[in-house]
Amino acid sequence: MKIINEAQLIFDSRSANEGFARVAVSSFFSQLDPTVEEITDLKTAVSEAVTNAIVHGYREYDGKVRVLLRILEPSTAYIRIKDNGCGIDNIEQAMEPLYTTAPEEERAGLGFAVMQSFMDSVQVASRPGRGTTVTMKRIIRSRRRHDTQTR
Amino acid sequence: MIAFEEQEETLLVTLSGDIDHHIARDLRIQIDEEVTRLCPQVLCLDFREVTFMDSSGIGLVMGRYKLIQSMGGTLQVINLSSHIRRVMILAGLDKLAIIR
Repeated sequence: MKIINEAQLIFDSRSANEGFARVAVSSFFSQLDPTVEEITDLKTAVSEAVTNAIVHGYREYDGKVRVLLRILEPSTAYIRIKDNGCGIDNIEQAMEPLYTTAPEEERAGLGFAVMQSFMDSVQVASRPGRGTTVTMKRIIRSRRRHDTQTR
Repeated sequence: MIAFEEQEETLLVTLSGDIDHHIARDLRIQIDEEVTRLCPQVLCLDFREVTFMDSSGIGLVMGRYKLIQSMGGTLQVINLSSHIRRVMILAGLDKLAIIR
């Protein structure tokens, strides 16, 4: 898929940056003229992945979260979120709804379920001790096209 | 952001702004303090002014459900946007709390 535009963010694993990541993603993908619902879905999926990196990946120590944003042809939002934290031993188990390793923080264990529900595809690659990369895609139906089709 | 209002046996908690992991802990502490102090029959969480919520909000609602249930009370969740309703239903919260 041809890359139309690309941006990268690198920020500290501080929870205050969860909001920053959402705003940046919302701003970048506004070029695709998404509906309010589509942009909210992207923000939610990013919020989940960044929170996972901060809460789980960098649970024991601080580090950097790297976010790669791409607009692909045709009208597709591509988001890759990477940490160099502790990694995931069992990805299948981690992706099960309600599974969490941080119940004391009232983590619901629904981060991956939300990502899967709001994005067209979610891929997770991880190596224990090396970190985790979450890659997500979503086709955006432009608001203009949507209006024309529903008229 | 949070505001409390006591109405007879109900504690109305009006939440506002973005609810994410960054803010959820503070909200949890403040709500639990008021619930423990007032022991209401009904804990009502009003989402009218909430602009965004991810699954951190699910943890917040589930935790408050457990607390109020342990005290013999019930939980109500009101004024949900379509997005927040979708996140809550994904988590099955409609089976635990009265969602309006």
